Amino acid sequence: MKKQHKRSMSQYILNSFLIIYTVIQIYPLFWLLLFSFKDNSEIFSGNVMGLPTHLLWQNYKNAIINANIGLFFINSIIVTFGTIVISGILACMAAYAITRMKWKLSKPVLVLFLLGMMIPLHASLLPLFITLRSLKLISTYWALILPYVGFALPMAIFILSGFLESIPGELEEAACIDGASIYRIFYLIILPLMRPAIAAISIFTFLSAWNELMFGVTFISKQSMKTLTVGILSLQGRYSIEWGPIGAGLVIATFPSLIIYILMSSQVQASLTTGALKG
Amino acid sequence: MNRRFSSKTAICIFVLPAFLLYAVIVIFPIFLSGYYSTLEWDGIGKSVFIGLKNYVDLFINNNDGFTKAVMNSFILAGLNVFIQLPIALALALILSRGINGESFFRIAYFIPVIISTVVIGELWIKIYNSDYGLLNTVLTGLGLKMLNHQWLSDTKVALAAVFIPVVWQYVGYHMLLMYAGAKSIPKDIFESARIDGATGIKTAFRITIPLIKPVIRVCVVFAAVGSLKFFDLVYILTNGGPLHATEVPSTLLYSTVFLKYMYGYGSAMAMFIIVECLVMTFIIQGIFKSGD
Repeated sequence: MKKQHKRSMSQYILNSFLIIYTVIQIYPLFWLLLFSFKDNSEIFSGNVMGLPTHLLWQNYKNAIINANIGLFFINSIIVTFGTIVISGILACMAAYAITRMKWKLSKPVLVLFLLGMMIPLHASLLPLFITLRSLKLISTYWALILPYVGFALPMAIFILSGFLESIPGELEEAACIDGASIYRIFYLIILPLMRPAIAAISIFTFLSAWNELMFGVTFISKQSMKTLTVGILSLQGRYSIEWGPIGAGLVIATFPSLIIYILMSSQVQASLTTGALKG
Repeated sequence: MNRRFSSKTAICIFVLPAFLLYAVIVIFPIFLSGYYSTLEWDGIGKSVFIGLKNYVDLFINNNDGFTKAVMNSFILAGLNVFIQLPIALALALILSRGINGESFFRIAYFIPVIISTVVIGELWIKIYNSDYGLLNTVLTGLGLKMLNHQWLSDTKVALAAVFIPVVWQYVGYHMLLMYAGAKSIPKDIFESARIDGATGIKTAFRITIPLIKPVIRVCVVFAAVGSLKFFDLVYILTNGGPLHATEVPSTLLYSTVFLKYMYGYGSAMAMFIIVECLVMTFIIQGIFKSGD
């Protein structure tokens, strides 16, 4: 009886620790949601933490239209999806040839790709900037898509080739006997089987491209081409006094990641941790 | 059959596009940076070969605070390894025991990880706002008004103010890695420990932590190396200011190259960051190996 009591006591302490920590992690985000619906006069007259008296949807309209968040949002979608599609295709093809086809350099090439997971993008920053500038690609979608694809490939190839190892080779052998070409085997047999791994690398690539900052601020200078991260940063100067619209902009920027996460939380968690746990 | 799987043309078609792009974007620039780091060059005019002078300037004739920036990044690494990771480990150990609302807590802790650092940064700028920010409001509400600060522009507290959100944002990530590790331990190990009368804390220290050591190693590498090359939140919150109080190597690299146009000198910083990250990775791996 006493032991039972002690156990529930420790359970109680552990649970309150978890709940307090949840508040620490989530309350700042909730507070953001609150002030995105307020105007300055409400905040400055003392309602810093409370619920907004009216839901000012006007802030969202302001953010999307006047502060160009809508435009930045579209730019981010184009860049991110361009990156996901191109890196996905390239990584699938490369991972297939590396794990399934017979050639002497397959291991060294894989190692070279995997090395990329350890390389910070700092060393590429200036050389890429100079190259993109001389190719007149600065402030175009390609200025971000190409570098993002380059840096997405190592992790994608790592996850895909690990997954391919786990697929038995019999299907391909059968198809081979039926006379299918290697391209047909890849396209009709392997690609459909790789769907779960492709989903994992797409989530991974989505989050890193959607949130990337350093290349974004360096390679995009034209206002109309800015992605969300860069665009929001440029609002800091103009709208720093306006709490509502900037809050609304931040909420809008967060929305896609949050929706994807809440709908597919286990896949997102898996895709962000498999790379680390296998390594 | 073998011929089809070793066709040179097919291999080229499959591998070359990815390989070329990867080589041009990731590998080749490292060599270019290495070359730039031996130049004195403003990016427009003629470049002059000066050998290792940039590296000498970086460490010996240093006058732009690079060594201090490196020290700051070590402080961040220390905070991440000794504060962030223990919190993450504690949360992971509690959650993996299987309690009510396990998946709710897991999702809640992970949300800051998936949110863009720009959003996190802008949010913390508002939290730190000296007049209407969350922090000063809460402190005032608790009767601790004397603790109010201009958090991001006071050189005494700015470094701590910048690093707290970094620690805050990624607790969930490490928690999840360790949680996944702990969950992969076979249930019967815990079962027999429980029958032998081991308490929760004893089980954690004697069984769970030793068994998830490989995961902890990965977390330490990520936390430490991530700190050495950290950029985003510092750039957003203070961009190294006030008076360079919060400078880290990446922000200094950025302003050296893109504000002062010192391409050669900045490239030397970039090379240093890369080598530093690789060395740190090997040191941590070595420490964990020798502990086995």
